[in-house]
Amino acid sequence: MAEAAAARRKLVEVQGLKMYFPITAGLLRRKVGDVKAVDDVSFELYEGETLGLVGESGCGKSTAGRAIIRLYDPTAGRVRIDGHDIGSAPQSELRRFRPLMQMVFQDPQASLNPRMTVAAIIGEPLGEHTELRGDALLRRVYELMDAVGLNRSFANRYPHEFSGGQRQRIGIARALALNPKFIVCDEPIAALDVSIQAQVVNLLEELQDRLGLTYLFISHDLSMVRHIADRVAVMYLGRIAEIGPRDGLYERPLHPYTEALLSAVPEPDPNVESRRRRIILKGDVPSPANPPPGCNFSTRCPKVMDICRRIEPVVAEVEPGRRVACHLYDKTIETAGGTAAATEARAPNKETRT
Amino acid sequence: MVAACVLGFLIVFVLVGPLIWRIDPNFIEPDTAKMFKLRNKPPSLAHPMGTDQLGRDMLARMMFGGRVSLAVGLVAMFVAIFIGTAVGVMAGFFRRLDGILMRLTDLFLALPLLPLLLVLMMLFRDPVARTLGPRFGTFLLIVLAIGVTSWMSASRVVRGEVLALKEREYVLAARSIGLPNRRIILRHILPNVLSPVLVAATLGIAGAIITESVLSFLGLGFPPDFPTWGRLLYDGIAEIRSYPERVIWPGLAISLTVLSVNYIGDGLRDALDPRIRGR
Repeated sequence: MAEAAAARRKLVEVQGLKMYFPITAGLLRRKVGDVKAVDDVSFELYEGETLGLVGESGCGKSTAGRAIIRLYDPTAGRVRIDGHDIGSAPQSELRRFRPLMQMVFQDPQASLNPRMTVAAIIGEPLGEHTELRGDALLRRVYELMDAVGLNRSFANRYPHEFSGGQRQRIGIARALALNPKFIVCDEPIAALDVSIQAQVVNLLEELQDRLGLTYLFISHDLSMVRHIADRVAVMYLGRIAEIGPRDGLYERPLHPYTEALLSAVPEPDPNVESRRRRIILKGDVPSPANPPPGCNFSTRCPKVMDICRRIEPVVAEVEPGRRVACHLYDKTIETAGGTAAATEARAPNKETRT
Repeated sequence: MVAACVLGFLIVFVLVGPLIWRIDPNFIEPDTAKMFKLRNKPPSLAHPMGTDQLGRDMLARMMFGGRVSLAVGLVAMFVAIFIGTAVGVMAGFFRRLDGILMRLTDLFLALPLLPLLLVLMMLFRDPVARTLGPRFGTFLLIVLAIGVTSWMSASRVVRGEVLALKEREYVLAARSIGLPNRRIILRHILPNVLSPVLVAATLGIAGAIITESVLSFLGLGFPPDFPTWGRLLYDGIAEIRSYPERVIWPGLAISLTVLSVNYIGDGLRDALDPRIRGR
């Protein structure tokens, strides 16, 4: 699967993306530090695939998504989408690339202007970037409404008259209006009822098949990501912990954090559920303003080694297509004498899996 | 609806009234003996609202006074709301302007307004009156002076609202569509700050009418023979014990205007908000 993916064209490339928010304090509003919301994140998306971006609240998933399509100006890093340098283009030039990338927002209530009708909301990007006006524009709006399964008679209603799922469909229709290639779905289902979540996710999948879309699917719902994503990236405290194809990652997580995260997913089968062994992490997530030295996860990692507290692990390819930022898999340390610790740490890992 | 009727009635009263009730509001009986007889009359058929201390017809004075007061209130409010909204949106939307504009607002808030108004009127009344005529010149000056000194509360309210709206996801969505700032403000921000602006505006009308009467009272508004509701009120106050109706009429007119404008503001806000409309 990894080889197949590599053969495909890279649509989105993110390299060393950093998004720091300054902390100011005192009378003179001097900068005293940064909240490192996204710290040196790199990944790529191949055309037509879905990359799931998971992690707990506050780990920087949404910030990363927003920085990629330049709703924020990133502190550092390169973002290339479809060959265009998005990361460093000035906002004024960015306008030309907007039709390429769109976003579906988390809260469908907040992402629709309460004073605009559905037709006006969906038609807004069209009026901005195309020559469509009047009847032609309305026809395209109707097309989009059909595509996302909204009744055409809703066109003149206001967002507050719809249910959450319908509102999210409006948001999706708006994102689709300009025929984008790349859509960032920022927790599109988090604010919806479970019964509606499936509908929206199926709609997203169906649209992907039909229009060849590429999704960055940001979510904290691990089962949903398993359903929709082709590859999954796990973030912890602003950094990528592990990234790899879905099946491999869910079957055999490499990074201790991924393992802990996946162990929290409940099983539908009560027999399996009763035998499920949860890895419960101790302590809280450190503040992104003051991350621990070395590995970000070292304060809570059940398999922490000395080196983790001193040296920051780099994201390295461990198996084809799978990259992990963890010293457990660092070959240079193993040869340098850390073999015992590494194997020791890996042994209980196997037990939990079987 | 009732409020709109009341305000409509007041407007008709001041605009159409003088065409029907053809007594010059400034007419004083030239014969001194007759004039003394006509002074301070209670309401009668010849003078439905009575006469004032110089024997002038109160009804006619109310009509002419209302024209000026309503016009001053409305225009000054528009000036104040326009400046206030513009400053508030700029300060809330563009971070770089925020500090400067808000300090400017603070500066205006810290100024003692009445002395400032008095100095403004003192300095500019005569030159403006000379170029634009005494009535229109004074009107323009009063309206501008009141507008320029009462926009601060509106701008603060608007700024706060814009700061909150700016982070709403639909503004982010508009940005991800690539809408230029100008259009984000016009299409997404302004319609949504409408309700606080309307409330500020209706309160502004009341404030403007009252400020104008204060100026008239201090002798620096319109010329003394030129009736406005505020002027009538202040003229009447001296004799409130003997002739209370002379205070009641203008007071009633001002209160009714302010009240009806407030209700209209409320109704307008609800009518413009699709979430409440039709409920």
